[in-house]
Amino acid sequence: MTEFDPATAALDTVVDAGEGFLGPIPAGGTFRIVDLHGNQAVDTLFYDAADVDNRYSAFDTVREQGAVYLTTGSRLLSTRLDVLATITDDTCGRHDTLGGACAQESNVVRYGEHTRHQNACRETFLRYGAAAGIDARRLGHNINFFMNVPVTAAGGLTFVDGVSAPGKHVQVRAERDLLVLISNCPQVNNPCNGWNPTPVRLLGWWPA
Amino acid sequence: MSDVLVSHEIPAGAAWSVLVRAGRELRLTALGPGANCSTLLFTAGHPVDRLNVPDTLKAQMSATIRPPMVLMSDRGLALCSVTGSSLPWHDALCGHSADARRGLLSELRKHGRDVADIHGCVNFFAKVATSDDAAGTLAYQANHAAADDWVTLRTEIDVLAVLSTAPHPLDPRQEAQPVRAEVWAAEPAGPDDPSRTFRAESERALLLSKEVFA
Repeated sequence: MTEFDPATAALDTVVDAGEGFLGPIPAGGTFRIVDLHGNQAVDTLFYDAADVDNRYSAFDTVREQGAVYLTTGSRLLSTRLDVLATITDDTCGRHDTLGGACAQESNVVRYGEHTRHQNACRETFLRYGAAAGIDARRLGHNINFFMNVPVTAAGGLTFVDGVSAPGKHVQVRAERDLLVLISNCPQVNNPCNGWNPTPVRLLGWWPA
Repeated sequence: MSDVLVSHEIPAGAAWSVLVRAGRELRLTALGPGANCSTLLFTAGHPVDRLNVPDTLKAQMSATIRPPMVLMSDRGLALCSVTGSSLPWHDALCGHSADARRGLLSELRKHGRDVADIHGCVNFFAKVATSDDAAGTLAYQANHAAADDWVTLRTEIDVLAVLSTAPHPLDPRQEAQPVRAEVWAAEPAGPDDPSRTFRAESERALLLSKEVFA
């Protein structure tokens, strides 16, 4: 798509595994995440830039679209049912929003005490979110771009190896002025990152 | 059965909150067909810690809340164990309705909490199944709960429960039903407690709850 040429991007940055990002996306702007090496979970939250209490809501989004996975056409809703962003392009195919983020404490629950001091997404969210007043009360349940969490009709839910691959991307259009808060997941105890967390590239197109 | 400490009938479409000490059993009983009870849970007295539905589901590899699962907080604590239910499925994927939100907020404000404290709820008595298709399409199951269906939660730490009986947001009938909430002392949990032996993850969350205060 010549319309979205990385050479003309207003935002072009690489986020290493275990690192985070906080930045604005103006209304009408396009924001792309590129899974540079494949099977990398990118934990993502969107906030209304004018009011961080109007934040992305996973379960309102799931309910209103009548389906659990996110892909092209998914409207990402806020806690007040405003459309924060729309997924406009997705070469991966589907993304999770039920699995939440890893945290030091939930790692202990899932994998045992030896994981207590490993790097985890919740801590990254809080570290990067602080500058915008996003504290623990304001951390909603996030999107896991490129992560594969199949649910079954029988009520099962598992984390399995990703459906993504090197170079796959997902792209959203901001429907109002947004803040995006990202933790590029450092998890090494389950297959959500293909057992090997890797960097991702963030690109944004909007008037300078 | 031990003495009832609290018994309250939450009217149809109303909201209510209750502080429940560790070691109690909170029993919710549907008082009409198609009842729903959108429920938020907090660690009582903690400024931040609250139910984390994604962590609860992924740790126990379930897309629904059912016995003997443990309901876990942001800090990995077991808030409650689901000790029993006449129903095999309680929805936790669909959030609350706009009516429920108003009621939940009204109760939250009595406890010094506000919109920032709203989190993914459990919709007790409701079932929304997912299909195995590519989108994971949701389907609300009508006639899931009947009058007298029940669920029991054993509190593992001191908990604030905030409840709304507004209809499930996907229920096409939108006919609210009352729910009775009762609290009494729980039977002590032994080493063979079903929630503890359910999964290693469930047991670890239960053990973390014992370490809240050193």
